[in-house]
Amino acid sequence: MANGFPRISAMGMTGILVSFADTLSEPANRAALAFHARVMDTLSEQVDEIAVTLASVFLRFDPVQTQPEQVHPVLARLLEERDWYDAALPPGRKLWRIPTAYGGADGPQLEEVARLAGLSPEAAVAELSRARVRVLALGFAPGQPYLGTLDSHWDLPRQTDITPKVPQGALVVAVRQFVLFANASPTGWRQVGRSAFRCFDLGRDTPVALRPGDECQFVEATPDVIGAATHEDAQGYGNAQIEALP
Amino acid sequence: MTGALTVHQVGPAVTVQDMGRPGHLSSGLSCGGAADRLALLEGAALLDQDPSLACLEMAGMGGTFTFSRPVRVALTGGAMSAERDGAALRWHASHAIAPGQVLRIGASVSGHYGYLHVGGGLAPPAILGSRAVHITAGLGRPCATGDEIALGPDTGGGVDQVLAVEDRFSGGQIDVLRVAQSALFDAEVQARFESTVFTRDPRGNRQGVRLSHAGAGFLGAGQLSVLSEVIQPGDIQMTGEGTPYVLLADCQSTGGYPRIGTVAPYDLPRVVQAPPGAQMQLRFVDGAAARARYEDATSQMRRLSRACKPLLRDPARMTDLLQYRLVDGAVNAVAPAGPGALPMEGEDG
Repeated sequence: MANGFPRISAMGMTGILVSFADTLSEPANRAALAFHARVMDTLSEQVDEIAVTLASVFLRFDPVQTQPEQVHPVLARLLEERDWYDAALPPGRKLWRIPTAYGGADGPQLEEVARLAGLSPEAAVAELSRARVRVLALGFAPGQPYLGTLDSHWDLPRQTDITPKVPQGALVVAVRQFVLFANASPTGWRQVGRSAFRCFDLGRDTPVALRPGDECQFVEATPDVIGAATHEDAQGYGNAQIEALP
Repeated sequence: MTGALTVHQVGPAVTVQDMGRPGHLSSGLSCGGAADRLALLEGAALLDQDPSLACLEMAGMGGTFTFSRPVRVALTGGAMSAERDGAALRWHASHAIAPGQVLRIGASVSGHYGYLHVGGGLAPPAILGSRAVHITAGLGRPCATGDEIALGPDTGGGVDQVLAVEDRFSGGQIDVLRVAQSALFDAEVQARFESTVFTRDPRGNRQGVRLSHAGAGFLGAGQLSVLSEVIQPGDIQMTGEGTPYVLLADCQSTGGYPRIGTVAPYDLPRVVQAPPGAQMQLRFVDGAAARARYEDATSQMRRLSRACKPLLRDPARMTDLLQYRLVDGAVNAVAPAGPGALPMEGEDG
């Protein structure tokens, strides 16, 4: 990777950021996930938190316990270990096939989105429901995934106006990514569908369902199927089919 | 029998808080917890207990509370009017409350977030290791009339302690450290940022506060195309029109607005407590200067515990104390304390 990445930067006196790109790409996301795992193995004892997002790894520490000058060279050495952009995805990944109702009340902006992508609504649903996307990061709300990346004609800008509220389980799209909403929320992304999948549920052994690196497919289903899945699936997975990935 | 706190009446933004839930950023859950962490340490020092115990955080307005067992309470953070059965109580101090006595906490007098700590702590069920209400994450809700909040067992200790605290309740000078994206803002913009007097906007909550100013916005290069990364309380995000917004405890886990810097941890309580209208000036400091001023929680606790003084027996305080009715039935030696007399002003220095 050119342009001075990967890059180590101080984030005030309590944080360090290792970034792998300034625009999202599949290799940069892969690098961030793999480097996060490596840093967890190496520095968990010295720092208070190690977190991964789309294309960067963040470390937080108490400057009395740990000096940034101590952490920085360790990170530099770990970065030298290999080509992180070429690293394998995390082990134990899953594929989630999540029933999703597209259009109508469940996807009020489907037609607008299809027009922006240069497709008929039917072709848009066919593409979106066939796409296998990766959980790039969890953020904004507990367990809420950013998923990508979709083909380049899905590089839709965010809306200039904010939708005041999309429901829990809403599937929205922008900038070649999906977000599956964990809670009802305002958003600048456009809603194309809805599932009965709960990203975060304290009643489960594992409240956060998805992990970065997992893959999802939002399989087309009727609104009735989504309604039934809300009640039928006690785990809150919305009748998703779950498969281990090699 | 550990007892309960009963809420009889309560302001709109009163929540149970503690040190929050660190460690879940990768899952999209920010740490949350008390907006003013220093207030948690002050409460722990006054009650001689663990600073991780939960308390009530009250933004702008408190409430009316009773307790089912004798309790020790401490009042910290931004001062609010406070009365025990109608008799004024001192802020930055600890007090005994008997069952049936009414603790009434009114509006903010200085600062923005007041804290009510109870000996043994508040003990509603913990979620993911913390009792902190985190509304944007969907964890818990604000207190409502009729709530009964369980109390933890009090291992005991004194009351009628007072803590002299430095004024962090009226804005002022704020140290800011540079972050990776500071370089997106050129030297002219950074210099103008440092020489600007900002006002704490009324628009603010536990997620963040807006700082308003006269004149042009502070725009960075590539303002709209920053890739989302981890954001932290104290980070100063620039909105699209170049208005700074300081993130607080319940900020989201990630954000894509460019950040010009991050407030030094020791000055964050000053930003948190600045009431709407308070003025602030922000200046960049380097890491070494900031580290020289930084104190970790352990040393802060030690210092605060040493600084606690008896409310009644400190001769240096006696003139002052005679103005207050500290003991039920005591006669005010200076002037009659009329109803609603609130001797809180000027105590923060």
